[in-house]
Amino acid sequence: MDHTDDKYYVPHGSHWPIVGSVAMFAMLGGLASYLNGGEFGGMMSLLGLAILITMMAGWFGNVIAESMAGYYNPQVDKSFRMGMMWFIFSEVMFFAAFFGALFYARQLAIPWLGGEGTKFMTNLTLWPGFEAMWPSNGPAHAGGEYESMAAAGLPAINTAILLTSSVTITIAHHALKDGNRLLLNLGVLLTVILGFTFISLQAAEYMHAYSELNLKLSTGIYGSTFFVLTGFHGMHVTVGAIFLTVIWFRVLSGHFTPQNHFAFEAASWYWHFVDVVWLCLYFFVYWL
Amino acid sequence: MGSEYEATADQHHADDHGHNGAPSGIKRWLFSTNHKDIGTMYLVFSLLMFFIGGMMIMIVRAELFQPGLQFVDPAFFNQMTTMHALVMVFGAVMPAFVGLANWMIPLMVGAPDMALPRMNNWSFWLLPVGFSFLLGTLFMPGGAPAAGWTMYPPLVMQTGDAFPYMVFAVHILGASSIMGAINIIVTIMNMRAPQMTLLKMPLFVWTWFITAFLLLAAMPVFAGAVTMLLFDQFFGAHFFNAAGGGDPVMFQHIFWFFGHPEVYIMILPAFGIVSEIIPTFARKPLFGYNSMVFATASIAFLSFIVWAHHMFTVGMPLAGELFFMFSTMLIAVPTGIKVCNWIATMWRGSMTFETPMLFSLAFVFLFTIGGFSGLMLAITPVDFQYHDTYFVVAHFHYVLVPGSVFAIMAAVYYWLPKWTGHMVDEKLGKIHFWLSAIFVNITFFPQHFLGLAGMPRRIPDYSTQFADFNMMSSIGAFGFGLSQLLFVYIVYQAVKGGEKADRQVWDNPIGLEWTVPSPAPHHTFETAPEVR
Repeated sequence: MDHTDDKYYVPHGSHWPIVGSVAMFAMLGGLASYLNGGEFGGMMSLLGLAILITMMAGWFGNVIAESMAGYYNPQVDKSFRMGMMWFIFSEVMFFAAFFGALFYARQLAIPWLGGEGTKFMTNLTLWPGFEAMWPSNGPAHAGGEYESMAAAGLPAINTAILLTSSVTITIAHHALKDGNRLLLNLGVLLTVILGFTFISLQAAEYMHAYSELNLKLSTGIYGSTFFVLTGFHGMHVTVGAIFLTVIWFRVLSGHFTPQNHFAFEAASWYWHFVDVVWLCLYFFVYWL
Repeated sequence: MGSEYEATADQHHADDHGHNGAPSGIKRWLFSTNHKDIGTMYLVFSLLMFFIGGMMIMIVRAELFQPGLQFVDPAFFNQMTTMHALVMVFGAVMPAFVGLANWMIPLMVGAPDMALPRMNNWSFWLLPVGFSFLLGTLFMPGGAPAAGWTMYPPLVMQTGDAFPYMVFAVHILGASSIMGAINIIVTIMNMRAPQMTLLKMPLFVWTWFITAFLLLAAMPVFAGAVTMLLFDQFFGAHFFNAAGGGDPVMFQHIFWFFGHPEVYIMILPAFGIVSEIIPTFARKPLFGYNSMVFATASIAFLSFIVWAHHMFTVGMPLAGELFFMFSTMLIAVPTGIKVCNWIATMWRGSMTFETPMLFSLAFVFLFTIGGFSGLMLAITPVDFQYHDTYFVVAHFHYVLVPGSVFAIMAAVYYWLPKWTGHMVDEKLGKIHFWLSAIFVNITFFPQHFLGLAGMPRRIPDYSTQFADFNMMSSIGAFGFGLSQLLFVYIVYQAVKGGEKADRQVWDNPIGLEWTVPSPAPHHTFETAPEVR
């Protein structure tokens, strides 16, 4: 298994990318059609998702096979690491757009609507009586009366869960480096369980918001930023948890060695990334 | 587990290698992991989009040939201006640069291929998906997007069935760009030949390296912006609706946080190309190499703190107007350094004027005109006069057409012998250059005057006092469009045959790409070359 050669491994021909393109065409084309009220859009979108999942399984399967066959020298490993790192950076920028929207709304849009500074006449003529405050669903009270989400309770528990999971994955990482397979196994398993617990609690929180607080995506700018930020974060946690689940099965199959475990580290970096995003969310969305 | 895995992995080794190491048939292109083949696909795709986007603007210029409405209704006119911009930006200019990066960066740094070859394939093959969405919108109820490529709400909310396709096209093209950028960064950081230190890299590699970071930081923000549009449109969110506490101006801020780096994404690689070509034909090393690198990095940094100069008239606090005015003017410093370096490179060089050099010289001269009009637009009180007039159109077309597009043309003329093994027909190349250079000025120079006189952009009809300059501009546009057919013929000719090119192609050019045979074999630098 260990015949690492000096040359940089360049794969020759792969059909998975083009399968991925077909998947994206069906998935997003279908979704667009569905949003326009098309009859078969939903079906097509799900079909696209299925193809995408097949593609990922096949593509990653290829990479795992090549990795296990020892085709990757340290330089290839470094390419993967850098690739993952910069991918996470682009994800950070994606969240930055939504955080930017939140800050802009809170610091500029709402105060201006409330007549701050030179905007006095705007307030008087367009939105008389509207007072700037946060949270807000705007001068038209979009979505009607609502209660904001408290920072204590479920969100606080979720913060604790995610922080703990960050610790467990780090313990697993150290165990992997020390060759302690039992602890590695347990560490990853625990992280996965904590991850899915977080997602379930998040779902419960959403239900609570919709059924009891009348806090919805349509609840003005507060509801929009709240659900889009926490929603995209939740999606990323889900992806991370699935990622870690795959890693757990690979741990069980003994794929990782103390020297060679890029996929494990990629998953753990990704996990730390969703963790940090959550901390920002907890601070700016729930707490402040 | 070893044997089973090795079997699958070995298959990959076995199922290629026809003659010249290139697999044959459609699979060569669909399944390609070869940087040269993928680069070729990018370039051909970009040429196709250049003509599609070009035809759209021919319709626009035909309508503007005379005042009054002659050929199309205003709604379709707006679709054409919007789609022209989207196709040219995301379909023609960006993919052309990525194609050049694919072809040249591994050759220039002495790498066997791009660092992540399979992902490289996907970056390309997402483009046809994105553009089938975008071009498909032309045939949908409500027509194609017509609110301008900037997609400002609330106007963009009136888009018909095209709306979600437009949003998803942006997502897909963004994903393609991000994967391309990651690949370029990793290739440059990890795949250089051992002695190729950072400050020995050719400038084309440097400028693309920096551009890739711009892509990585800007594209996700654009994805976020259009996602918010999608949520506002379909799921009742209120990001850009003041009644719900949002703000349509917020979209403009987020959009231009992407949009301004985006314009540098379309010009920095052009700087790199010109910095390769001018030294070759001036037969002198590039003047001020280090300052070129640092100037590029400075421009990249500044590009993230100047975005609101696109929105001076929208209503911003005075402090904002001042900050964005001064930070924008600062960009003139590193850009000026670059222009002076190109001129100093030519100073007392033994110059010859082959086609790539002609395009590069025109680039330096005409891009600088675009830079100066940009400086005028940067001045807030002056911009109140120019905003949304043809002056702006003239400005950004000067940096994009005789800027980016000329640099791409120069690059093709410069490296085509390396790609095909055949010299380009110099005579036809020069004719193509002069036709392009003359018509581009006939097209865009009068637009300065139109703008200064107050003609608004994105309008199908206009007051009669603008008639003469518009007719001139239209004639220039038709001439420019037709001249590009000659370009296709020249490229086709060089692909088919012609005078054989040797390794060096030109007179002692500097760079690793000139050490491999012409045409470059399917696989190059499988072992790292020596770098001096």
